[in-house]
Formats: sequence, structure tokens, C-alpha cells
Amino acid sequence: MLLFNSFLFCGFICMISQIILDNSKLTPGHITSILVVLGAFLDSFSIYDEIIKTVGGGALLPITSFGHSLIHGALAKAESMGMIGILMGMFDLTATGISAAIIFSFLFTLIFKPKN
Amino acid sequence: MKNTKYEKIADKHKASEDRVKNSIVAFLCGGFIGLLGEGIIEFLCTYFHLSRNESSTFMIVIFIFIASLCTALGFFDKLVTKFKCGLLIPITGFAHSMTSSSMDYKREGPIYGIGSNMFKLAGSVILYGVVSAWLFGMIRYLIGGLG
Repeated sequence: MLLFNSFLFCGFICMISQIILDNSKLTPGHITSILVVLGAFLDSFSIYDEIIKTVGGGALLPITSFGHSLIHGALAKAESMGMIGILMGMFDLTATGISAAIIFSFLFTLIFKPKN
Repeated sequence: MKNTKYEKIADKHKASEDRVKNSIVAFLCGGFIGLLGEGIIEFLCTYFHLSRNESSTFMIVIFIFIASLCTALGFFDKLVTKFKCGLLIPITGFAHSMTSSSMDYKREGPIYGIGSNMFKLAGSVILYGVVSAWLFGMIRYLIGGLG
């Protein structure tokens, strides 16, 4: 069931953004930024957590989950540290994704030659 | 006069058809990626006995690895022109933007080429993500609805 939900949810977000991309002048950069803000907004009242529970892995893949993990880590740290915890815990959960992206793209850039 | 009118109508028709096709393709491709992600999580859970949190982290790293590798090998751009948002909206798009911008500026050297251009496109995602997460986090904290 989670597999089917993942298919529907991830596909739905991609379809919505494709429709926005085709029918307006926004670039993919605009749309990904909007989706990140949307993910952060949805998680500020724990709606995105419920989505992840019902959808599973499909909700972790779209870029909305990036905004969700930013604010999720921030709020988790804020619970124990107070207001400064929002700054301390910001990258707690997204650190793996960002570090992996930096390291892999640097290594592959060094190894492979650009084609054109 | 007739020709321009005809072209206008033809353009309109073609564009609308393309839009429907594009959105369906994006839906199927995005859905396939979501399916694959959940499949990888369940595979790691059952065969490597990892917890769900650990396996979802591994899943994201696997996707970033594949997307960076495909971008560096040069055929991810062709896939993106075909599937568009189906590949740009999942985390693959994030990895793709970083690798492609650093590949494009590789010849300008390690500092002013790779270093300063790597976050050219991904930087906006991180910037607006952090700013909005901070703002919403402060609102949530000040309202006092933690827990």
C-alpha cells in the first residue's frame, strides 16, 4: 500500500509542478524554491509528518521534504535548547543530503570531463 | 495573413497537447521515482535489517549518487529534456543542478570555477529553505505549540 501511495504522491507533486512550469513564466528554480517553502510551511504544523506516515518513501523524495527536514530538525532542537535551538538544529536532518551532494558532485567533476 | 492565422491556431493546438502529455509524463516519471524510493527503503529494511530512518537516509544518498553520476556521464540532461519535472522535483534535481553547474565551470579552475559555481542553482533552494524554516520555526516557537 505504501508503494502505491508513494507512486501517487510523488507523481502528483511532479505533475503539479510540470503544469505550473508549462502555464507560467516561472523557471524550475522558482518552482523548487516555492516547493521548499511549501514543505517548510506544511511541517510547521506537523502536517507533513502525517503525510510521511501515510505515504512513506514517496514523500521523502520530492524537494518539499528538504524544507520539511530543515524545520523538523530546528523544532526538535528548539524543544531542548530554547530559541537558539532553531539555528542549531537547522541542518541536523538535511546534513546527509547536502554533504553527499557536495562530495559526489565534487568527486565526479574531478573524475569526468565535461562533454561540450 | 491566412498563413499567420493558421500558424497561430496550430501553435495553440500543439502547445495544449504538449502540456497534457508533459504533465502525464511528469506524473509517471515522478511516480516511478517515488515507487523506487519506497521500494529501496523496504528492501534495505528487510534484507539489511536497518531501521526505517537509517534506510531512508541511505535511499536519499543512493539517489543523489545515481543522479550525480548520470549528470557527470552526460546523459542526465537528455533525460531531463524528456521527463522534465519528473526528474527535477525529486532530490535528483538538486544533485543534478549542483553537478551540472560545477561541470560547466570546471575549466575556470578549482576555486573560481568549481568552488564558486557549485551552488549557483542549488543555492536558492538552500537559501529560501533556511529562511522560511527559520521564519516558520520562530512563529511556531513563539505561538508555543511545541511538542
